[in-house]
Amino acid sequence: MIGAMSDPLGNSLPARRPTVRRPGDTIFQFLTTASGLAIVLSIVLIGVFLLLKAVPSLAADQANFLLSPNFVTTGGKLAFGIRDLFVVTVLSSVFALVIAMPVAMGIALFLTQYAPRQLARPFAYIVDLLAAVPSVVFGLWGIKVFGPVLEPLERWLNGNLGWFPLFANGNVSISGGGTIFTAGVVLAVMLLPIITSVSREVFQQTPTMQIEGALALGATRWEMIRTTVIPFGRSGYIAASMLGLGRALGETVAVLIILRSAPEPSRISLFDGGYTFASKIASAASEFTEALPTGAYISAGLVLFVLTFVVNAIARWIAGGRVHRP
Amino acid sequence: MTTTTSLDRPAAPQPFQRVSGARKLKDWVATILVGLAFVVAVIPLVWLLVTVITSGYRALMSSAWWTHSLKGVLPEEFAGGVYHAIIGSLLQSLVCAVIAVPVGVLAAIYLVEYGRGRVARMTTFMVDILSGVPSIVAALFIFALWIGTLGFQQSGFAVSLALVLLMLPVVVRSTEEMLRLVPQELREAAYALGVPKWKTIVRIVLPTAMSGIVTGVMLALARVMGETAPVLVLVGYSRSMNFNIFNGNMTSLPLLIYSELNNPTPAGQLRIWGAALTLIILVMSFNLVAVALSRFSAIKTK
Repeated sequence: MIGAMSDPLGNSLPARRPTVRRPGDTIFQFLTTASGLAIVLSIVLIGVFLLLKAVPSLAADQANFLLSPNFVTTGGKLAFGIRDLFVVTVLSSVFALVIAMPVAMGIALFLTQYAPRQLARPFAYIVDLLAAVPSVVFGLWGIKVFGPVLEPLERWLNGNLGWFPLFANGNVSISGGGTIFTAGVVLAVMLLPIITSVSREVFQQTPTMQIEGALALGATRWEMIRTTVIPFGRSGYIAASMLGLGRALGETVAVLIILRSAPEPSRISLFDGGYTFASKIASAASEFTEALPTGAYISAGLVLFVLTFVVNAIARWIAGGRVHRP
Repeated sequence: MTTTTSLDRPAAPQPFQRVSGARKLKDWVATILVGLAFVVAVIPLVWLLVTVITSGYRALMSSAWWTHSLKGVLPEEFAGGVYHAIIGSLLQSLVCAVIAVPVGVLAAIYLVEYGRGRVARMTTFMVDILSGVPSIVAALFIFALWIGTLGFQQSGFAVSLALVLLMLPVVVRSTEEMLRLVPQELREAAYALGVPKWKTIVRIVLPTAMSGIVTGVMLALARVMGETAPVLVLVGYSRSMNFNIFNGNMTSLPLLIYSELNNPTPAGQLRIWGAALTLIILVMSFNLVAVALSRFSAIKTK
């Protein structure tokens, strides 16, 4: 059949040699595919192993896993619940996001629409430097330097807006600033480079035709941004914020260093102390010797894994594959 | 009667309307706010760097800082140094890179050159998910697998394994981006000469993208070097030197900072800030090398 091939003029073509499949190709394709699948496998393994190690402890749990505020794993008794961990994690992350989102939007707009061309790159690098500061250093700075500076503001908010539940008295003292409020502000600083770098990329892709069209119709710079850049970049910006949220939910050491441990259950106030999922696990890491107590912490880690998985999947879904992480 | 006034009017209405005061004001406010947002981001960066430098530079001035460990040093006396922690940080991240870079680059090659259809989409999705996995979860997983199930001891190597999970997605993403930048014509030219696909990738595509890949690896290294959560779970703190990554306690800079936090003496404080400064210098230098590499050797697309 191959020999019978002909071109449109009816001249018969030389017989096509069948494609040679070289062993090198087979081996190489196998290697690369295996590496790709190794990544898929590692995610599956993370889920499976955390689940396997968590189940025995969950079965031995004497408290309600979802609703109990206590986390007792010592003295041969297991009575742990994730209510407070969940509250503190979500409260600090969402508070951080509320601060970081408008600022990051402003920075991204500044870098793409306002800053002079030659300066945009070095400016962007300065913001990216924030991402290069290790979280343990952020925590150190947060509790030793920034927390005490924030303390008067926290006292003022607590004193004057205390009727608002989030600013009500928390379960720790504000002095020193070891509160969710401080942790949230520090987290917000850590989120800035993440949200900015992704939003910047999206804003930059706004079609020049649209921008020029808006300007030609007489729009001011701000009106042009409002009518072209922001609508075009909205989904990317929201996706970037979700990625930031995922990072905040899992942030460990900065929060662990900043938050003061609380003597009583959470009051759902920004002036609470306590532990997030991640900081609770890290704080107990030196006691991971027996299987059942360790399993209790692993079950908390499993919940955190599922939480970040969902948040990241939503981010990806919103972005529709347009956005890559920094 | 009206002719005189109509003669004074321009024949056609003015083509441009004046920008009204309210619109101007809004534009002006927006410009100020956007500029302020940038300043707001710079303030904590400068503040943090200044704090770390002024509180920690004295530690770095002592000659023993770079050459000695803390072995035999009392908590309240300032002596010794963080040589052991620097070595620990470097060893753990290098071993991590030895595992993560080949796997990451191969996976990126799969995504760019081979991957089609559902499996490739799934892999891309999982790379995204993996880059969102919190470091503490990666650490717990390695704990459950390596220590809890396979029965190994805590060690620097366990930390490296956890870091692999954090480094992989960064390497895959950056490599993937670089490989996509390599012009299709180069590949086609190689195929036309009868070069097998795998050889084309290894000899043509990879060398072209090499500098970009190295940049991505350096950035990824800078990221994992500052990770603290895995070292808290997977390795013990030691005040003395340990070159053996497979055995025994091994200190890295983040672990040293975290452990010395409990030391309220001035010497302890100085050590913390000094170690923080050292860590920042280490991470930033990896970053700078990466930026310099990408600046001087960008891929020539045409």
